[in-house]
Amino acid sequence: MKTEESYLEEVTASEYKYGFYTDIEADKVPPGLNEDVIRLISAKKNEPEWMTEWRLDAYRKFLKMTEPKWPNVSYPEPDLQAISYYSAPKKKKELESLDEVDPELLKTFEKLGISLDEQKRLSGVAMDVVVDSVSVATTFKDKLGELGIIFCSMSDAIQEHPELVKKYLGTVVPKSDNFYAALNSAVFTDGSFCYIPKGVRCPMELSTYFRINEAGTGQFERTLVIADEGSYVSYLEGCTAPTRDENQLHAAVVELVALDDAEIKYSTVQNWYPGNKEGKGGVYNFVTKRGICERNAKISWTQVETGSAVTWKYPSCILKGENSIGEFYSVAVTNNYQQADTGTKMIHLGKNTKSTIISKGICAGKSNGSYRGLVKIGPRAQDARNFSQCDSLLMGSSCGSHTFPYIETQNKSAKVEHEATTSKIGEDQIFYCNQRGIGEEEAIALIVNGYCKDVLNQLPMEFAVEAQKLLAISLEGSVG
Amino acid sequence: MLKINNLQAAIEGKEILKGIDLEVKPGEVHAIMGPNGSGKSTLSSVIAGREDYEVTAGNIDFQGEDLLDLDADERAHKGIFLSFQYPVEIPGVTVTNFIKTAINESRKARGEEAMPANIMLKKMREKMGLLEIDSAFLSRSLNQGFSGGEKKRNEIFQMAMLEPKLAILDETDSGLDIDALRIVANGVNKLKSKDNAIIVITHYQRLLDYIVPDFVHVLHQGKIVKSGDKNLAHELESRGYDWLKEGVEA
Ligand SMILES: Nc1ncnc2c1ncn2[C@@H]1O[C@H](COP(=O)(O)OP(=O)(O)OP(=O)(O)O)[C@@H](O)[C@H]1O
Ligand SMILES: [Mg+2]
Repeated sequence: MKTEESYLEEVTASEYKYGFYTDIEADKVPPGLNEDVIRLISAKKNEPEWMTEWRLDAYRKFLKMTEPKWPNVSYPEPDLQAISYYSAPKKKKELESLDEVDPELLKTFEKLGISLDEQKRLSGVAMDVVVDSVSVATTFKDKLGELGIIFCSMSDAIQEHPELVKKYLGTVVPKSDNFYAALNSAVFTDGSFCYIPKGVRCPMELSTYFRINEAGTGQFERTLVIADEGSYVSYLEGCTAPTRDENQLHAAVVELVALDDAEIKYSTVQNWYPGNKEGKGGVYNFVTKRGICERNAKISWTQVETGSAVTWKYPSCILKGENSIGEFYSVAVTNNYQQADTGTKMIHLGKNTKSTIISKGICAGKSNGSYRGLVKIGPRAQDARNFSQCDSLLMGSSCGSHTFPYIETQNKSAKVEHEATTSKIGEDQIFYCNQRGIGEEEAIALIVNGYCKDVLNQLPMEFAVEAQKLLAISLEGSVG
Repeated sequence: MLKINNLQAAIEGKEILKGIDLEVKPGEVHAIMGPNGSGKSTLSSVIAGREDYEVTAGNIDFQGEDLLDLDADERAHKGIFLSFQYPVEIPGVTVTNFIKTAINESRKARGEEAMPANIMLKKMREKMGLLEIDSAFLSRSLNQGFSGGEKKRNEIFQMAMLEPKLAILDETDSGLDIDALRIVANGVNKLKSKDNAIIVITHYQRLLDYIVPDFVHVLHQGKIVKSGDKNLAHELESRGYDWLKEGVEA
């Protein structure tokens, strides 16, 4: 019998062999954005008329919008006309062996405990594949298929499940939601689609890892997860291995729909290239993530963010149905010159809705981390409850941490609790560890992981272990 | 085992230790007593390698090695253990995880493999029995919300797990109730052997009734002003420190 883990191993060990999107010609449209480019993208992807119109509508809305200025970050505005919005994924140049890979990268892999084969895959080294990837992928698909679960690329979903896409796309994050969401709606070319039928409990963690036919993470990803009534799914996004990308701007949109009595657990580990120690390079990560809960439904966001040069990201829950539950567990690490403005919005609309926010910020170096959270209790949200805990941990004295909690209550019966702490890793804590034989770096890792425990505990087991190591690595050399 | 020679140390420019000489041999128990602020904790911190203190003169030899060349964690790897007067809280890190990390980091430093889980577990059970510690205790965050007595008992539990060569117990008795004092002291006695040594810092005779010292030293204003055998502690209990202070100040 195959366990979930063995699937993971097999699939990841073999993912490389078959090129991706082999059905798409390798070409690229010239940089720039206009209606013709959007029509071209849509045509290349062989999309139905309604989808083309949907994109164009988003684009027209986008034209009337401006980049948000309220996040507590500063960066040179990306030149959106300099981006090429469609290019068939190039096959990375295959390297002969690991000797050709950047030794820094290899060191990090080693610390993360990533297997040799996996190291090769991640750094683009040609691999001899033992396992036949098609059969593994098929076994995986078969298993999901038996249960009626759909898990495919967004492009495939538009072709094969247009009724579901049409019904739900843009219902949680409307096209005009914000500048980057509008842009994403107009030009997205990658992403995942997932549908769990009524009453089905998805037997394995769904991971973008699993999705054969997925060429890394795209610049404008679009994810849509629909959990039908009474179903359950746990979805993993990202990976702990450092992700380098030539595209500086990333603007993803993730929409979650949890129908009556359904539950979605969405876990992210984000480790985009943060730029070098001087703050050069690095990815801008502007993400819109939102879920909607119908009656008795539950959405739980868990994220560990260590990468990117500039991040803004507010996974949110609209608690529409009565008794629905929203949760947000987040660890955001910033080091060197990184800037992050993250948090969540919990919009309580239904009666008896509950939300929990646990946010742990860790700032080191010259970085800047902000928590921004909105808890909104609508007039009909009788007896709504929220509990928020926002902690920041500072390492060194050149970093900054800020907390911006917003609370709007339109129903007197609501109970909203907010707690916030700011702490530093104490010299006496480090000495205590040292005295027990635990060296400085290890001591920091231990203390930081202890600090983040409530969040890490929410992650699926293997993911949590990797995330712990990742935290330690992200903070290496940040005290002293 | 431990040879301290004319040790002088300062913090923030303030001279605290003003020339300490002390020799501890394997198998011995030394008690250090002395008024508040005389420098007892400072001495233990300096031996353990706390960086805030600046050693201005003298040296500390531990098993033929100059301790002052080593960082605190390296000293721990050599077998030095300090039971803190004020143990530190580490939220979210369980007692088990902390001890496991401590043991394995020391083993790693000595070039040994990590301790197999079953052996660690067996050892934990044994030492928990010795110190009458409830297993629920092990999954709590280190020292967080622990009562004063629980913190001290946890220090000795760590000592039992780490099996140091030289243990310095800085006021381990303060905070312990009468029964706990007996349990912890008996635990310490069981850990004693001809190969290891213990320095007990205390204000009270009652601990020394259980852990009987071979030598008693009185520290005053950063100097050892008197040394003797266990009877010195009794004398201090009845006479206080004034007679010794006068001797110095005169
Ligand atoms: N960080 C510091 N800055 C200034 N003075 C300090 C500092 N740490 C310790 N001292 C001083 O050093 C002296 C010795 O302190 P120490 O803690 O060693 O005393 P002690 O003998 O352990 O006392 P007690 O019996 O109360 O535990 C005290 O006068 C104390 O105020
Ligand atoms: Mg003291």
